[in-house]
Amino acid sequence: MKNTFIGTPMERREDLRFLRGRGEYVDDVAMPGLLYAVILRSSVAHGRLVSIDASAALRFPGVHSIITRADMPGGPPIIPMRLQPLPEFKPFEQPVIAHDKVRYVGEPIAVILASSVAVAEDALEAIEVEIEELPAVADWQSASANTTVLFEKQGTNRSLVFHSRKGDADAAFANAPYVRREKLRTGRHFGLTMEPRGVMAAWDDAAGKLTIYGAAKVPFFNRRILSAQIGLPVDSIDMIENDVGGGYGARGEFYPEDFLIPFAARHVKRPVKWIEDRRENLMAMNHAREEECDLEVACARDGTILAIRGEVRTDMGAYMRTNGAVGARNVSQFMAGPYRVPHVKIDSSLWMTNKTPVGTYRGPGRFEACFFLERMIDMIAADLGIDRIEFRRKNLVTAAEQPYPIAHVQPTDAKDEYDSGEYSETLERALKEINWSEKAKLQGKLIDGKYHGLGVVCFIEGGAAGPKEMARIEVNPEGKFSVYMGTASVGQGVETVFAQIAADALEVPVDNIDHVYHGSTAYVSDGYGAYHSRSTVMGGSAVLDATNNFMALLRQAAGKRLGCAESNVTLDIDKVTGGGRTMALKDFAGLTAEGAFLNKKHTYSYGAHVCHITVDAKLGRIEIIDYVVVQDVGRAVNPLTLRGQVLGSLVQGLGGAVLEDLKYDENGQFLTGSLADYLLPTATDFPNLRCVVLDDYPSPINPLGAKGAGEGGIIAAGGCMANAVANALSSFGVQPRELPLSPTYIWGLVQAGQRAAAE
Amino acid sequence: MKLPPFEYACPTTLNEAIALLANHSGEAKPLAGGQSLMPMMAFRIAQPSLLVDLRKLPGMKEIKIGPDGVRLGALVRWRDVIDDKRLAVAHPLLKEAISHVAHYQIRNRGTVGGSCAHADPASEMPGIAQTCEAEFSVMGKAGARTIKAKDFFQGALTTALGADEIITEIHLPAWPAARRYGFQEFARRRGDFAMAGVALYYDLDGGKAANAHIGVFGVGDCQRRLPKAEAALNGKAVDEALAVKVGEAAAAEVEPQEDIHASAAYRRSLTGTLVERAIKAAMVR
Ligand SMILES: Cc1cc2nc3c(=O)[nH]c(=O)nc-3n(C[C@H](O)[C@H](O)[C@H](O)COP(=O)(O)OP(=O)(O)OC[C@H]3O[C@@H](n4cnc5c(N)ncnc54)[C@H](O)[C@@H]3O)c2cc1C
Repeated sequence: MKNTFIGTPMERREDLRFLRGRGEYVDDVAMPGLLYAVILRSSVAHGRLVSIDASAALRFPGVHSIITRADMPGGPPIIPMRLQPLPEFKPFEQPVIAHDKVRYVGEPIAVILASSVAVAEDALEAIEVEIEELPAVADWQSASANTTVLFEKQGTNRSLVFHSRKGDADAAFANAPYVRREKLRTGRHFGLTMEPRGVMAAWDDAAGKLTIYGAAKVPFFNRRILSAQIGLPVDSIDMIENDVGGGYGARGEFYPEDFLIPFAARHVKRPVKWIEDRRENLMAMNHAREEECDLEVACARDGTILAIRGEVRTDMGAYMRTNGAVGARNVSQFMAGPYRVPHVKIDSSLWMTNKTPVGTYRGPGRFEACFFLERMIDMIAADLGIDRIEFRRKNLVTAAEQPYPIAHVQPTDAKDEYDSGEYSETLERALKEINWSEKAKLQGKLIDGKYHGLGVVCFIEGGAAGPKEMARIEVNPEGKFSVYMGTASVGQGVETVFAQIAADALEVPVDNIDHVYHGSTAYVSDGYGAYHSRSTVMGGSAVLDATNNFMALLRQAAGKRLGCAESNVTLDIDKVTGGGRTMALKDFAGLTAEGAFLNKKHTYSYGAHVCHITVDAKLGRIEIIDYVVVQDVGRAVNPLTLRGQVLGSLVQGLGGAVLEDLKYDENGQFLTGSLADYLLPTATDFPNLRCVVLDDYPSPINPLGAKGAGEGGIIAAGGCMANAVANALSSFGVQPRELPLSPTYIWGLVQAGQRAAAE
Repeated sequence: MKLPPFEYACPTTLNEAIALLANHSGEAKPLAGGQSLMPMMAFRIAQPSLLVDLRKLPGMKEIKIGPDGVRLGALVRWRDVIDDKRLAVAHPLLKEAISHVAHYQIRNRGTVGGSCAHADPASEMPGIAQTCEAEFSVMGKAGARTIKAKDFFQGALTTALGADEIITEIHLPAWPAARRYGFQEFARRRGDFAMAGVALYYDLDGGKAANAHIGVFGVGDCQRRLPKAEAALNGKAVDEALAVKVGEAAAAEVEPQEDIHASAAYRRSLTGTLVERAIKAAMVR
């Protein structure tokens, strides 16, 4: 039997469970004797924590205890960085609870444990906290003045500068016939998950064992952090992944609560549950994106890009969190996008401010870089009198140039190259899908009070971060297979995808892959997790290795029992045959083999976004008429779930492009503490979206040929929408230079354009 | 975001409800659809000690249509207004306005009385009440009284209601069949509170606009009418040029606020645009 589940659109096996209401999220897990935790958070952006008096709150009926800095006499543990853990960042890492200072609105000050959340919230209001307020650093500009510093010992608010280099940009600029320079910025967004975060911890005093529910994304890494912080061996901690309602880079990183709740459970010897509420979620989960650049592009008169150079500043918020440096790093490394740029020089500085700390959000740094460069490409093409599509065609990396080296980032010493692909093919396909040649005549036209505009953008998406992923295959008592994964599910459909891969590898029907277990530390000896669009590539490749190991083991075991040579043993779905005899597979129940995939290289899927929008210039309102994403993913394991990934991430990207913005006032007060203020796209906002998934250029660096593909929809959405708005409003001669494209902003552009024309 | 502690009562007579409110010296609140009060309590912006649920009070859920206009019981829900086919003739402006309120789930619970008592500056119903010179029937410890819309709304989340008073009915004066009207609002997402909104109507007297009523919501701290813009409309033959002019008058007349969704300058311009568009819509009705 030759299987072809890979490449077949298959419905998610997860969905039936969810649709029947049988999903089990961390808040659904109950335990006898449970205490509920609520966290008192700072209402002050910056100040010295003078005193905490919880005595009145402790007298509330139902309140069990209150944990503060006083319960951590050695000082609260610090949360180490997971990605780019450079020594420079150490002083800026976050303590699990405020001790000497508070540095953002939302920073944990105390944990109230009570018989219910409502009781705990009542008591919370009775805790008296004295904070000596300090001036707030509310944006990167005031951070860079360094008059108020968040970390006095450091004397500066700048935690690092990433330097991205390729060739000799300064020399290229010195001789360039054409240069354009722009200041551009993106808003502050975050990976808002529908299910907020949650942690439940149970301490078994007799066994000296901690069990933690609500783990996600990187359970193995988080277990190592917790083990060091709490002083327990790794083996004494089990991290259990429940169903997860969205990850987007933000969920599953190690946050203060990931220490505080297990600590509390051990402290009071009772199980403790904490479920983040929406207001907390908006101020406690990692923020992302707020970046500004001064970017220069040098070109030949014929539109050949010669070099790019510039500075980027990221508003980091108050602490360096586990993956906080990724956005600022990526924006510098990927500023050139999918284009052939021989000389690159980008300095990306990280400024600490009195805001919620940043971390990764789907397409970290890439969304920003794509917006910055693609905006400039449209402006430059117009300057040079070259059609903006011709300009892109001319500069896109070709298959003949692969693997194509990109900028080298210091101090992380990250060298990298693109893996495969003829980038212009996705652009051509996108133009064809939207019928660009026909629509071109609508550009800038006013029809029924609305200006029509077209946007086009090309992008690159990185994936498949190493170093390693693990999988294990086991025969279960029914004679079917269980697959155990070191990677995690954050709702992306990996159970289905891994079942397809395993079924093809074992040449069995997909239903004979009975279960795919993932995300908990109990399943495989080590694991890495779900980030950087890596699960399918890394985990899927590990499944292939596990299959090889399993088959070797099965041949060995079956050869002995069937009395034949190992090479004569064959597996036929649920039967094992050799030397003329047959045994049921279930007779080998418990037989299991692990496999791993090691990889230092990254995959790069790529594609294009094109859109047709209208703008009501008087309202500043944008409507999407048509929007197409074309992405080449090397190999589409499941085209159906992939489509969901692309469209879902596109809607998120459009949220960042036109709606979402986390706002603070000049005192660092948080202004967007509800979903009435932080505007998430809803089901009715962007109905006209399409995507086409191609797999014409497999990745050469993994046995599946697959490339990470969970972020392509989001990366180019800001750039595409902004380019379309500029195109629609070309008669006003205006250029959007920031996101989100809010009605006020667009209207302001039009006003400025009209004033300029009148002068 | 859990509710603070409170007592709950569900009286079956109006007198009982009023007595409960009166005996709690300003600490008690009526509960209608709960679509504003519950979020306020969850955010602990409101912490009433007693909720007096109005749902069992008799006779407050009806829409009565007669020669003197439309009478909305205070407990009439958005859904009831949208589903009532008679209103297409009896008060088309009301019907159109309410179709912009919130989302399905909220429209199934939220009430006209609750909306007016809550008096969010960006809500539609108080805008209609102001534009159409509605009258509020109110019952309290001291007995019944009626309050005119212009006296009822006093600012953001502030009304003329006493702590022991309950709105029983909202009366909208009769709607002549030939009346011209327009309604426009703009929110960043459908169902959100509008950044600005306009409800207007006028009658035709010898081909000219008369009895113009122009009301705005979401602009400034209270729903209000715009007398200068109304004056610019009254007595004139309505055409596109006039619509632009009246829009400009309206933009000049409002006192818009700034918030995270819109600057004051944008709101001012938006108001003018919406008035202009509402008049253009009225012209062709
Ligand atoms: C997500 C969301 C979006 C929304 N969008 C909109 C929108 O676009 N436009 C809009 O207009 N509204 C909107 N709303 C508000 C909604 O329409 C509410 O239903 C309405 O404002 C209040 O009506 P209620 O019956 O729910 O009142 P409740 O929440 O029960 O009460 C509100 C206040 O009025 C008082 N009250 C209630 N009834 C009476 C009475 N008969 N006499 C005296 N006092 C009374 C209460 O004590 C309370 O102070 C939205 C709400 C939500 C949650």
